[in-house]
Amino acid sequence: MTPGRYTRTAIALHWLMALLIFSAFPLGVYMHDLPLSPTKLQLFSYHKWLGITILLAAAARLAWRITHPAPAMVDMPRWQRIAAHGIHHLLYVLLFAIPLSGWLMSSAKGFQTVWFGVLPLPDLVGKNKELGDLLTELHQSLNFGLLLLVGAHIAGALKHHFVERDDTLRRMTFRYKR
Amino acid sequence: MKLRSLLIAGALVATAAMAAELTQFSPEKSQITFVSKQMGVSVDGRFKKFDARITVDPAKPETGKVQLDIDLASIDAGSSDADNEVRGKNWFNTTVFPKATFVSSQVRVVGGGRYEALGKLTIKGTTRDIAAPFAVKTEAGGAWFDGSLTLNRLQFKIGEGAWADTSTVADEVQVKFKIFVTGEVVPNAAKK
Ligand code: HEM
Ligand code: HEM
Repeated sequence: MTPGRYTRTAIALHWLMALLIFSAFPLGVYMHDLPLSPTKLQLFSYHKWLGITILLAAAARLAWRITHPAPAMVDMPRWQRIAAHGIHHLLYVLLFAIPLSGWLMSSAKGFQTVWFGVLPLPDLVGKNKELGDLLTELHQSLNFGLLLLVGAHIAGALKHHFVERDDTLRRMTFRYKR
Repeated sequence: MKLRSLLIAGALVATAAMAAELTQFSPEKSQITFVSKQMGVSVDGRFKKFDARITVDPAKPETGKVQLDIDLASIDAGSSDADNEVRGKNWFNTTVFPKATFVSSQVRVVGGGRYEALGKLTIKGTTRDIAAPFAVKTEAGGAWFDGSLTLNRLQFKIGEGAWADTSTVADEVQVKFKIFVTGEVVPNAAKK
């Protein structure tokens, strides 16, 4: 099998989103523990803006993916192929579920999300403390899941690159040539 | 002759009843809420406990008098984190200044069914003259006095230190009030 590489758009979106997530995630953990202060209010807003940006990027990415199938996978044992596919699917799910849970959480807590301070997102649920606490826990659990999945995802990518020395990682970069 | 004076007397009694003063403030129905802007986003809050001494004739609000006391520690600022914060030193400092008070000195007729209560508002040791515009709506058993005004929180040192930064929490806070007042005997107050 001579698998091709991902399209340039898919590659660009993959790394852009990885970058955004590697910013939003630690920011979320850090701000969560801060005592209430103007800085905390600012960081919460930045985190929410970043998160909604990720949601939009995820929508663009999914649309692109549906119209531009991924190249066939590099040769690998069946279980690894299934695992890799499974993780990719779950990652796509989380790329939507996490920001959506954040958006709903903010509405339930009575703090509307206004993207970059200009675009108000509708509050899809009314203010409700119990629901807010529940969605906060959901947001946290989903993020914990993301942490595990991305960990496995990166470990897999690095194993392909350094152990099997195949093209898996390279075909997700612009430098890949066949 | 007799009949006529009886009629006049009757009319006088009726007007007196209609002009009856309302004096019973209803804490269950009344509301004091506010909207602050945090990072450009409106956040709702309210005070759960306040008391008012009011004497007012809904037909002639300009002769009315009001003293309002707000229990600042009863604030609901949107989240329990925020409640604890705004009770603290930098904000209301409720252990030292438990109450905000408004004492009216005069009620002005603005026209078009609108009025303005002028008076002194004291929060956190600072007293300022303010004007609270309101409208009157009578209903069975009493009358509503609804209005809103914009306060500049920094004029009362609400939010000191790092919180004085108005780019995170705006200086302007919109305060809305809906005060319901009843009277013991106001059979005709509902007319109108
Ligand atoms: C893919 C996008 C996102 C990621 C990776 C992410 C990640 C995180 C993480 C790791 C936390 C810390 C959880 C904790 O330590 O307890 C967090 C907290 C939070 N996130 Fe997100 N988030 C995303 C999107 C959003 C969005 C779109 C919103 C709202 C519009 C949002 C609102 C919040 C809020 C309000 C908290 C704080 C919860 C609290 O401490 O009470 N997040 N996020
Ligand atoms: C938050 C971070 C990340 C997320 C959410 C993420 C998500 C994804 C998803 C959903 C795919 C499947 C693409 C598709 O088939 O449409 C993918 C592919 C890929 N990712 Fe990531 N990724 C992340 C970070 C990384 C990192 C850090 C690396 C490298 C160490 C990496 C390497 C790869 C590679 C090599 C592929 C292509 C796999 C193949 O050949 O099928 N990813 N990623």
